[in-house]
Amino acid sequence: MYGRKVKLRFIFLLLALIILSLSTFLIIKSLEENVVYFQSPTKIKTLPEIEKKKIRIGGMVKKESILVKEEEVKFIVTDYKNEINVIYSGVIPNLFAEGKGVVAEGFLKDRNLFLATKILAKHDENYMPPEIKKALEEK
Amino acid sequence: MFKYFEPNKIFSITSRAPKYVLLLFIIILSIGLTEALILSPEDYKQSHSVRIMYVHVPAAWICLGTFSVITFLSLVGYTFKIRNFFLISKSLAPSGFVFSVIALVTGSIWGKPTWGTWWAWDARITSMLILALFYIIYLIAWRIYDNDDKAFKVTSIITILGIINVPIIKYSVDWWNTLHQPASINILSKSSIHISMLYPLLIMTAAFALFSLLIFLMKYNTELIKIKNKGLDRL
Repeated sequence: MYGRKVKLRFIFLLLALIILSLSTFLIIKSLEENVVYFQSPTKIKTLPEIEKKKIRIGGMVKKESILVKEEEVKFIVTDYKNEINVIYSGVIPNLFAEGKGVVAEGFLKDRNLFLATKILAKHDENYMPPEIKKALEEK
Repeated sequence: MFKYFEPNKIFSITSRAPKYVLLLFIIILSIGLTEALILSPEDYKQSHSVRIMYVHVPAAWICLGTFSVITFLSLVGYTFKIRNFFLISKSLAPSGFVFSVIALVTGSIWGKPTWGTWWAWDARITSMLILALFYIIYLIAWRIYDNDDKAFKVTSIITILGIINVPIIKYSVDWWNTLHQPASINILSKSSIHISMLYPLLIMTAAFALFSLLIFLMKYNTELIKIKNKGLDRL
């Protein structure tokens, strides 16, 4: 139905798309560790050794775990399987709260203690007016 | 059929369309902005900074959609040698680029009060930056190769490279741990955005789509005039 040239061009584009997708996939796969913005407490527990370089951990701030002492904040980051204690002193973002997502940047002291140099609050995908939130909580 | 279309006939339509599109855009934008900035409620957690979302999300949608359309037209146009498809792609790119920049800038403005940082090299944000760069490369390619077969070839390849990035942007928040939150609006499952916030979002999307259409028509008309000036009665 179509000419030979049309078929050739189509095959050329298709091959280009497949090859380039595959290369992109392989590149991203090999860079997986850098693509991931933060690691979960579970991942930290399974680390073969504790590295000295700066890393980011993330998860939920455990309920009733925030302890403010003078200049220091202590809290527990959890992914509901494993937990890690975090110590931090510095500016806390407004949305930092118990039961909400958090990303901490800093250094691992050991598998249970993380010394944060920066804290970012993670926002979840829920958007609603305050009244609705209240109604939901009352339910 | 597109091979033998007449630019004069198309031009007589597209040259009259912009003023109507502009009028419609102004109306929809006013409604959208009133809804988004005044009538819609504040968020329970982020309070008024949620209003940035009404610009950020539509801009991101439009720039992703525009790139997908550009790619589709380029690949079909390349396979079947339809020059008009390339003119349409070329004319779509500027507004797509503008929206990718808007999405990045508003995201940054939102990120500061919410996350506590202007910028994070997480997968979603980085892949979005890459899309903006692809728009730039695409536009530059048209500058370098002016409306000849080489331009069609080069820009098609650029769109193939760029389109691989589009699903990465979409699913980056599901595949990897990112600072950016996952999608709130799902076509198949229940959306996690309240209906009172969804309406202004959709109206703003319509407004931005009209803006894209407006810029596209203006750019497309320029291309048609260029062809007419060259004395060609068809593409």
